Amino acid sequence: MKEFLDMGGYAAFVWPAYLITFAVVGLNIAWARRALARSQRDARRRLQTQVQLRKEAA
Amino acid sequence: MNASSANPAVARLPVAAPSEAGIASAPLVAARLTLLRDLQLAFRKPAQLLQPLAFFALVTLLFPLAISPELARLREVAPGVLWAAALLASLLALEFLFRDDAQDGTLEQYALCGQSLTWLLMAKTAAHWLLTGLPLALIAPLAALSLGAPPAALAAIVVTLAVGTVTLSLIGAIGAALTLGIRRSGALLSLLTLPLSLPVLIFGAHATQLAIAGSSWFAPFQLLAALAVLAVTLAPLAAAAAVRISLE
Amino acid sequence: MAWTWFHRLASPPHVYALAARLTPWFAWPAAVCIVAGLYGGLVLAPPDYQQGDGFRIMYVHVPSAWMSLMVYTTMAVAAAIGLIWRMKVAHAVAASCAPIGASFTFVALVTGSLWGEPMWGTYWEWDPRLTSELILLFLYLGYIGLRAGIEDPQRADRASALLAVVGIVNVPIIHYSVVWRNSLHQAPSVMRLAKPAMPLSMLTPLLLMLLGFTLLFGALLLVRLRGEVLARERTASWIREAVEG
Repeated sequence: MKEFLDMGGYAAFVWPAYLITFAVVGLNIAWARRALARSQRDARRRLQTQVQLRKEAA
Repeated sequence: MNASSANPAVARLPVAAPSEAGIASAPLVAARLTLLRDLQLAFRKPAQLLQPLAFFALVTLLFPLAISPELARLREVAPGVLWAAALLASLLALEFLFRDDAQDGTLEQYALCGQSLTWLLMAKTAAHWLLTGLPLALIAPLAALSLGAPPAALAAIVVTLAVGTVTLSLIGAIGAALTLGIRRSGALLSLLTLPLSLPVLIFGAHATQLAIAGSSWFAPFQLLAALAVLAVTLAPLAAAAAVRISLE
Repeated sequence: MAWTWFHRLASPPHVYALAARLTPWFAWPAAVCIVAGLYGGLVLAPPDYQQGDGFRIMYVHVPSAWMSLMVYTTMAVAAAIGLIWRMKVAHAVAASCAPIGASFTFVALVTGSLWGEPMWGTYWEWDPRLTSELILLFLYLGYIGLRAGIEDPQRADRASALLAVVGIVNVPIIHYSVVWRNSLHQAPSVMRLAKPAMPLSMLTPLLLMLLGFTLLFGALLLVRLRGEVLARERTASWIREAVEG
């Protein structure tokens, strides 16, 4: 196990590389989902405004 | 109705009369008129023309002060400095390619007048090069000498810069067209134009380096010329599309 | 008849629903491939003859670099389709690609740099691949910057689309100009992995990671696409069902 973590002496390079890669992967997933949620919120709000305007016009 | 009979105080829009030279060459007539018009208008504001040149001279001055006064050392960095400075100066000059015409609506007239927008933009870019790129190439020997370049290399420097700035003007025209009307677009324009201009920098600096060393600079110059030909054929089309998109 | 599925791809409500249905089909296989690739690459593959265990960075660097190029190509193709056929969905695809591509270009640069230090003795090296990758990052940033700088959404779509198409024409030119330049300056060491044939135990995890990252891109794209499609449909009636249902 210690050998594995040591990566033949290259640990200081290998592990940061993997960490940053998967940090970015995670960020991408979170970011994409947040963007979708935001778009859905905006769409909902626009709909509500539309409905309200229609009611007021009626 | 051609430029020679027009009142020089009024630079006209290039609405070419079909009867004049046949419809087939109407775009060329329009292009010629646009070229002349742009040159006429530019010479009314000579200060504007000098700014990029002054900037170029200043940037090349920075390096002897920042690096070392020794000509031997400067000679090593001279190709890079000359070309980086030329690139930056041409970026600065891009500002006035479309600015005036966009502001007073002339550009819209160009897009609507029924002439080929591609040819009109090619003419505008040609005028721009004659006003900025070519003068830059012509004063470059002074900068080159101040950086330790041997006199034998000066012809190469002028020729490579003259050809390279053609490509830079053309690529810059696309960037300028895309960023039309955007407030404070200077940094964005640089961000868009510089990556696309890097091959010109690479080949031009290499040619200059070979010339300074006294070897044959033909190979990179050929590549530089090839880039220019590619740019002349494709860039005006892209720029015309970009202008249409920006004016929509 | 055979083209109906193609025409439907231009329809925002159809794409919105389809993307939602397809996402798990990309996400879960992506996870499986990546986990399998990681296990194969970190545990099963033997150390390299020259680089020891340091070569294992390859399993994240190569997929990231692959992503950076593939995503840009996807973006440019979608942009071209959007420009030529004036399809909002195509522009939505291009917009979705940009942040994904830019972030993986960044990862490719960082992991490449971390690989470079033990292998070449330097964190940065102006070799063709790293240099072109850096320029690619700027192309992405330019695209994102142009989108951000234009207020009108339609103009933003079309202007950035043109930029992407101009960019893709330039990518090979830029790359080869750097290759050419470096060949004349005899770059100290070219990143040479193993000898011509990589043993299967090393190659398979790499292929799994490449596949996994590609599938991951698919999933991320589908999620972002739904949001972008929604944002481009201001008042269409299908939104009501889609958002409230």
